[in-house]
Amino acid sequence: MDEMIRTILAEYGHLPVDMAKIRDGDDLYQAGMTSHASVNVMLALEDEFDVEFPEAMLRKSTFESVAAIRVALSELTGS
Amino acid sequence: MSTGAAIRVGTDVVAVHQVADSVARFGTRYLQRVYTEHEISSCTGSPPVRAAGLAARFAAKEATIKVLRPVGHQPDWRSVEVRRDPRGWCTMALSGHAAALADQAGIADLAVSLTHEGDVAAAVVVALCRSGTDSAERSGMPAVPVHIGGAA
Repeated sequence: MDEMIRTILAEYGHLPVDMAKIRDGDDLYQAGMTSHASVNVMLALEDEFDVEFPEAMLRKSTFESVAAIRVALSELTGS
Repeated sequence: MSTGAAIRVGTDVVAVHQVADSVARFGTRYLQRVYTEHEISSCTGSPPVRAAGLAARFAAKEATIKVLRPVGHQPDWRSVEVRRDPRGWCTMALSGHAAALADQAGIADLAVSLTHEGDVAAAVVVALCRSGTDSAERSGMPAVPVHIGGAA
């Protein structure tokens, strides 16, 4: 799961730094991810993991780090 | 009528090509998760022109959210709507959680200005907070006299 999250962030997160330098707990917004990029990340995650983020999960904190995204996806997929 | 009030200002810029890419990649799903029917129907024309309009609206949504200062739960993008007035300007309309945040903050009115040039779209949103509210008292800005409904 983590590898796919990182692949999606690399493609849609528009981060100005190499994803390899981003640690699991690093704040992606602090690293340069914009709100618009986070929408694309969310949609790409939905496609890849066949889930839909409910409104209750549309918090900035849901997408603020690789670890946070992993927790959200685990909740949605039940894995 | 003159009253003491506080203002909040939010601004944001969006790269037009990134919105165009989102429309191309995610299509209707992207549009319907972010924009209202009114906003979608307001943005017509060639793909670049449409993307510029959508990008400016996204900037307005983000600028408004900065004004609302949510803690935790982020308002649904569609609950922050850019309404195009037939007379040629735009206004903001809030619903749901966004409207509740505005009410809590004592926001009495919002004004928005959109612009785009080349690959950059931007928006500025100004909120007028009622006097006597937490916003007015905690804004960190001095209260300023504001004329509501009168000529400048």
